Order: sequence, then C-alpha cells, then structure tokens
Amino acid sequence: MLHSTIHRSPSPRRLLITAGAFAIATALVAGCTSNEPASSDDEGEQQAAGSSNDEMGEEVTIAWSGPEADHGWLAAINSSALDEAEKYDDINLRAAEGTNDASLQIQQVETFINEGVDAIVLLPTDGAALTDIAMEAMDAGIPVVNVDREFSSPFAARTTILGDNYGMGVSAGTYACQLIEEHDIDDPVIAEIAGIDALPLTQDRSDGFAEALSNCGEEVDNRVAAEFTVESGEAEASNLLQAAPEIDIIWNHDDDQGVGVKAAFDNAGRDEFFFIGGAGSCNAMRWIEDGEMEATVLYPPTQAADGIRLARLIAQGKGMSDLVQVAVPRRIVLDAPVVTADNVDQHMERCFES
Amino acid sequence: MSERTTPESGQPAAPTAPPSEDEHARLESAAEAGGTQSALRRLMSGSAGRNLGLVLALLIVVVIGVATAPDRFPTVDNTLTILRFASALGVVSIGMTFVIAAGHIDLSVGAIMALASVWATTLASQRMAEDFHWVTMVITALAVGASCGLINGILVAYGRMASFIVTLAMLVGARGLAEMISGKRNQIAEVQGFLDFFGGEVFGLPVLVIIFALVAAAAWVLLNRTTFGRRTLAVGGNAEAARLAGIRVKRHTMVVFALVGVACGIAALMMVARTTTGTSTHGMLWELEAIAAVVIGGTLLSGGRGTIVGTVFGVLILATLTNVFTLHNLDTSTQAVAKGAIIVVAVLLQQRVAARNGGP
Repeated sequence: MLHSTIHRSPSPRRLLITAGAFAIATALVAGCTSNEPASSDDEGEQQAAGSSNDEMGEEVTIAWSGPEADHGWLAAINSSALDEAEKYDDINLRAAEGTNDASLQIQQVETFINEGVDAIVLLPTDGAALTDIAMEAMDAGIPVVNVDREFSSPFAARTTILGDNYGMGVSAGTYACQLIEEHDIDDPVIAEIAGIDALPLTQDRSDGFAEALSNCGEEVDNRVAAEFTVESGEAEASNLLQAAPEIDIIWNHDDDQGVGVKAAFDNAGRDEFFFIGGAGSCNAMRWIEDGEMEATVLYPPTQAADGIRLARLIAQGKGMSDLVQVAVPRRIVLDAPVVTADNVDQHMERCFES
Repeated sequence: MSERTTPESGQPAAPTAPPSEDEHARLESAAEAGGTQSALRRLMSGSAGRNLGLVLALLIVVVIGVATAPDRFPTVDNTLTILRFASALGVVSIGMTFVIAAGHIDLSVGAIMALASVWATTLASQRMAEDFHWVTMVITALAVGASCGLINGILVAYGRMASFIVTLAMLVGARGLAEMISGKRNQIAEVQGFLDFFGGEVFGLPVLVIIFALVAAAAWVLLNRTTFGRRTLAVGGNAEAARLAGIRVKRHTMVVFALVGVACGIAALMMVARTTTGTSTHGMLWELEAIAAVVIGGTLLSGGRGTIVGTVFGVLILATLTNVFTLHNLDTSTQAVAKGAIIVVAVLLQQRVAARNGGP
C-alpha cells in the first residue's frame, strides 16, 4: 500500500466542478434552512404615562450606535432601540451598524457630528475609548445620551442611563441570604459563575454579590469565570461541579451563558442547589416557570430604548412628565429586581430571546 | 513505522570523514553499551520515547492535581469531566494536526464548528430530524463542515492563496453566516434521540469520549499507516519535492482541508450535545487552543511532521490544567498567566526529550 504508484484520479477541473456543485447544493439547503419562528405579530402598542410628551412634537434626528449584537442581550438592546424609534413619528432615526471596534464607532460618531443630528444615543464598545469623541459631540452642541457603559468623564454625556451591575450582585446576594435563612441552611456552599472577568461590569457584579453575602455572614466558596457564551458556560460549570461536590446556591451572572451552565448541571445530574441567574432571558424565565431555576436578576435590555426616548425629550426640550423637574435628569440607574416563580408572569413580556 | 514520521528521518547522517583511531574506540564502546540496552533504547527512540516529554508534562499536572485535591481530583467523575471537556477540542485538534503537518494552517476551525452547530439546529433541521431521524442533523453538520473545508482547500490549492488568509476569511465569513442563520440566538436542540445518543454512555464511557477515541484511532492509522498520511507529510515537508515525486499536491491539499472541515462538523455535533445548543458563539478562539494543543504535541508548525498521539496528549494537558485550576478556585487572570507559562514549558520539555531520544 505504501509504495503505490500514481493514481489515475479525476482531473482538478472535474473536482472543481464537483466542489462547485456541492457548494451550490449547500447554498440551496440554506434556502430551505429557514429559522423563522412563528412570527409574533404586534406586541400591542405600549402607551406611556398619560402625558403630552408622547404627542407628536418637532421632528428630530436621533442617531444610535451600539456594539455588535453578538449575543442575545445586545441583540435585544439593539432591536428594542429600533422598535422604540419606530413608535414615534417625530423621530428620524439614524442607526449605525453595530460594531465592536472602538475606532469604527468613533468614526460613526464623527459622521453623526458632521451630519448635525439633534441627539446621539451611544452604547459605547468601551466607555473610556468613546469619551473624547462624545465630548466633541457635546461641544458641537449635540446632546449625547450614554447608555449602559459609562464614559470616563461626566462632561461627555448630557444624560446617562445604565443598568445597575453592582445592584445586580446585591440583589442576587440578598436573595441568596434570604434563601439561606428560609431553608435554614447550615454552613452553605455558595458558588459563582461570573462573566468575562476583565470587564468592570463583571467585577461590579461580583463585588455587589460578595458585599450582600457578607451582610449575612457568608462568602463565595467557589468562583469561576466564563465568557458570556454557551460553550464557556458549560465548560466552566462542569469543572465547577467537580470542584464542589455539594453546593447550596449558585449564582450565574448571565443567562446567555446560562444555557450552557444549565446543560452542565443536567449532564452531571446535579440539582441539589438553588440556581440563580442574571439578565433575564426568556429561557431563564421559562425555567423559572417550570421550576428548573430558582430566580434570575434582571438587567434590562430596554436601556437603549429608554435612551432613545430620553434623547427625543432632550432634543425637543421637554422634561420627564412624571417628575416635577422640567429637564431630563443627568443620570438614571435602573433597578435590578429578582424574578422568581411568584412574579415571573409580570416580567415575561420584557424578556429577551437569547 | 514510528509514530512521528518524517520523510527524511530514519538514517542518521553519514559520517563525512573516516573517524580516527581514538574515535573508533569510543564508538565501539558506545555500541557495546548500546547493545546491552538496545531494547530500552529502541523503545525510547520509538513513539514512547518521543512522547516521553508529554507523558511527563501530563504526569506533572496530574500529580499536582492529586496532591492538592486528593479528595476531588482522582475520582471517576472528575476524570470523565476532563475527558468530556477535552473531546470536542480534541477532534478539532486532530483535524488541525493534518493541516499543520501538510504545511498549512487553519484559523477557521472554531467558526466552521459554530456554523455547523447552527445549521444542524435550525428549526427546519430539527423538524426534519423529528419527522425523519436525528441522523439528518449529523449529516447536515458533517456536510456543512466538509463544504467549508473544501472551499478553504480549493482556494488554497487552486486559488494559490495563503492558507492563513483563506482561513482567516472563512473564520469571519462562517461566523457571520452562523449569526445570520441563527439570528444571533442560542438555538436549543430538542431532538431527544440526538441528545440521548450523544449524551449517553457505553460501558460507563460517555459517547463523546468514545467518539474522540475513535477519531484519534482513525486519524493515527490515516497518518501513519496509509499512503495518504505519507503524502500529507511529504507535501508538508517539501511541496516541490512531493510534486516531483508524483504526488498531486493541489488535490491533496484540498482533501486535507476538507478533512479538517469534517472534523469540525463532528466537533460541532459533540458541542451541540454537550451544551444542548447550536450558536454562533461556539468555538471562539478554538483555532488558537487547537494550534496550542498540536504544537505542544510536537507537530512541526512548519509542516512535514505530525503526531496524533502527541496532539491527544496536548489536548489532555490543556484540559487537565483547566480542571486543576478550577478545583483550586484560581482566578482567571492567574489561570491565563499560568497557562501561557505552562504551554511554553510543555513545548520545551517535549522538544528536549524528543531531541535526546532519536532526534526531531
């Protein structure tokens, strides 16, 4: 076999044709490999508080730029922002293609400034990297609404709206303490599956969690960090289960990676613990409904939608109707409530598919 | 044939000048000593000897694990966890071994895996699987993997583009396509037959681990015992010489890339079973993990030499390391630093030992 002579084999051209046909066939399969779920038609027009704010106002151009929607939560951020702008006839939306490249996003903002838009809603790929250009926009008289990832200077944004990462940790930790007390767990083993450790948001979540746990005299016994992906969640969780043969409470920072975490639990046949999630994906909420998950802590994916609304109010010179104050506040920090079987119905409609 | 095969290896370089009297004596005594230990030496210069560095490296990691976590590390459960963890990356790395041995590189393995996992778990694919048989999911994943690999191969071989660039383009493109198909969502696999099969066990061994073992065995035979393997190494060692020797280098290169694609398709199925999900984020940075495993294993990055056993060891070392880190609750930054250092040490160790036992 080893000293076989030259084979008569099909000519490269014929192989190319075969390969081409294969590629075309594959493309054809793509055509019928649709992934359209049953379309959920209208979600019912959401009416805001009864105020004059929602009435047609002066037409304003609002620019929106955010990171590449590479996972469920960011995809929900992006689509909710676009949907929100759609609801107002007086908003002329300029949406930039999502990117994870800070320099590309800077260029997008530069374009917005040159076009002279009325307001910019910006979820920066990196808060610090986009601070300078946001400041330039502000100097050019264009109000910037900073969403989720904060700039490093307070002068870079007219208003900032963000979820509460530290608060998420606090909510999860406080709920864990509550579980420990309710179920009278002695010397509980508490595990934490964090997201990407290098991100400040992960550190904030972990700090909040540790702080809240210390209030009831507990601490995290085992901690791993995944990467917000299903695969990393599964890998980290399966090793974590080996590191701790008995666990009482697990907090997983992110429901996107939670799909993998849950798979690891199922693979190992482990369910002796209370499983708490984070972010609030529809998967997590369905698990809570089915009793497969204890709770999840919300991190609202509607921040950018709120950012669009705020930008509109600012550009039109309006205030928030529920506040006495006539101008839009400088800073809004969203709540991070705990969703359990008791209140999952309320939150289900705002969950995001991950 | 030895495990690590090089077309040129086998004969030590012939002495250029007749040795002097003195040297004669030394050579004779050396030969005598060699005679008494010939069995041992033959073993050492065989695959066992060449992989001694790797065995050592893995052993060190295992000893550290046993010593520092005697209650949790050396258990059956934990060992299976490590093996399951290693299996999908292992299959990808085995595919990567062929490409690297053939003198190329494939940066698109993770992306191809993601695309195959997504394609196999779309609603349409899953419905078809439920109506017909879950094997359709397997066929889909393998076909997607093979097609992507084939496209890589055609562009590299017949388009005369550098594999680095072609597969970089595939990395970006395949992941993008995976995002488009999945709508950037995690597609949960609900086909019970599929999950039961891949998630199951045979004689206490997870099916995933068995697949890894079978792929490794098949790859070993393919690389070491067939014309195909010899040609792969010949092409990787010196493509021009291989061409002059009558090997169809272009066609061979194309097939090698298609082979990696198939490996990615298999890994995609394993990943879908492990995570019950097909998603565009599967296999992030796996190209680097796989290259690390292959190089730790002793395959030459410049081509012409490849070792499946080495790659399997490389993957096991990486997987065991991660497991030991987690058992000790190490934070991720420390893990990253340690992992970087250990990769370097493992490669050094393996090179030194391999050089002493029979030369590279």
